Amino acid sequence: MHDPVAEADPRRADKTTTMREAIATHVTDGATVALEGFTHLIPTAAGHEIIRQGRKDLTIARMTADIVTDQLIAGGCVRKLVSSFVGNSTAGSLGELRRRIETGQPEPLEYEEYSHYGMICRYLAGAQRLPFYPLRSYAGSDVPAVNPDIRKVTSPYPGPDGEPEQVYVVPPLNPDVTIVHAQRADRAGNTQVWGLTGIQAEAVYAARTAIVVVEEVVADEVVRSDPNRTVIPAHAVDAVVECPGGAHPAFVQGYYDRDGEFYRAWSHISKDPDRLQRWLDEWVRGTADHAEYLAKLGAETRQRLAVGEAWSEPVNYGRRL
Amino acid sequence: MNAGAITSSELLAAVASRELVGKNTVFAGIGLPTLAVSLAQRTVAPDIEIVYESGVCGAHPTHLPETIADSVLITGSEAVLSMPALFGYVLQGGRIDVGFLGAAQIDRWGNLNSSVIGDWHAPKVRLPGSGGAMEVMANSREVFVVMRRHDPRSLVAELDFCTSPGPDRALRDGIRPRGAGVTRVITDLGILARDGAGEELRLVATHPGVTVEQVRAATGWDLAVADELTTVEPPTEAELRLLREDVDPDRVYLR
Repeated sequence: MHDPVAEADPRRADKTTTMREAIATHVTDGATVALEGFTHLIPTAAGHEIIRQGRKDLTIARMTADIVTDQLIAGGCVRKLVSSFVGNSTAGSLGELRRRIETGQPEPLEYEEYSHYGMICRYLAGAQRLPFYPLRSYAGSDVPAVNPDIRKVTSPYPGPDGEPEQVYVVPPLNPDVTIVHAQRADRAGNTQVWGLTGIQAEAVYAARTAIVVVEEVVADEVVRSDPNRTVIPAHAVDAVVECPGGAHPAFVQGYYDRDGEFYRAWSHISKDPDRLQRWLDEWVRGTADHAEYLAKLGAETRQRLAVGEAWSEPVNYGRRL
Repeated sequence: MNAGAITSSELLAAVASRELVGKNTVFAGIGLPTLAVSLAQRTVAPDIEIVYESGVCGAHPTHLPETIADSVLITGSEAVLSMPALFGYVLQGGRIDVGFLGAAQIDRWGNLNSSVIGDWHAPKVRLPGSGGAMEVMANSREVFVVMRRHDPRSLVAELDFCTSPGPDRALRDGIRPRGAGVTRVITDLGILARDGAGEELRLVATHPGVTVEQVRAATGWDLAVADELTTVEPPTEAELRLLREDVDPDRVYLR
């Protein structure tokens, strides 16, 4: 956990580093790693680097466990998954995840099931260092029966009708490390996101350490010209990695579009375990870093995913005369 | 226009759109719900607001979205909320009139399974799970379910696993339900309906040419039939034209 007194001015330090260094320093075997980003801004490149470095026995927390989760599982990195949706977006199935859960082959995957708001409340409790968080979900669901961490309590206050009220609660989630992808940050980690902002800020605040991967590291003045767009302030960030294209096949609003072809292809690649391992060998273990992966994707793919311009109107923050 | 060539997607979208009369805020997924709400915006409910699980409210997409988080839903939308705001303030805050849900299994009380077929600990099929479906069910005033295939494997007497419970199961768990749960199930054979807690789904309408016996045989429980059983009005020429030429000209979801 951060000790603001012990760290020398953690807000302004230059935290930029390489992906290799960030993963080597902050992701250790057996750690709980949150990867967030809801369809948008998925930290795929960070997931690939975890596979390259051969991390083991990780607990992965990810609301919408999707392609990068399937890849991490197939890469032998994951012992346990904590999630609220395990599917390949609207494009088919996650072959490795389904094999592990349905057949236990090549080894079983521990799975902890929540609903989306259950996961959100776990991050909210984690970020605020609260012992639990209440929510109006799970009443009558079978999910608490298979996840004993979802518990029911009696509210200390009477309900609207004056009677005692029962409510389900979830425990805090405090990942050892949270990794998120964003459009841009300054060198200290003031991170700006537009479009879907998801649960990234809460997941970062809940973490003991946080890595932010961005399309661009920008000058301090760029961030300070529009502070409302800073979703994650530098004081919550430990490492900043510049990695253009790092969310592929997911999209980054204003930078590139979702690679629907790849999402559809993944159902076929992941269906056959040998084909999946060959894919990992070629595209992840066989590339030195994400720049090589992108070069391998080729200009044609990048062109296909290019987006046009749709600028927002500038806002006037004003200044004292 | 050749009425004989109407696809089941067109039929389901048209029928579902008519159910949106008088509704203000709808929580919709991609696919049939998108078609239904888009058609309703052009017919019975011009001011309806679509809310997406990704946080988008009041989308004005220039292209048909491929996912609930498609970038075309974000550019030009009225608001994009964080997950705590969308699930906490909008859904749990009770702002949604109608939620659209799908599921692998539904039972006679409108409880839904989207987690597993078979035993949860050793499933035959691992399905995606809840996502936000549990929250949509628990917090919307009512829920519409669209089932592409009406068969005894989907409309079951006993769910393998209950992911998203309706109000009857919530009550049995000692928690007062907030909404009515599932009130409409639109299938390729007809429409089932219930009003809220304590009621089971009953057949209220069949599609043209479909018999009650056919529907009962395709349902995994002893399906009750409403006294005032009607026949579903097939899509009108105007509805079909809007769906085919305006809403989904490339037939992405109108399969």
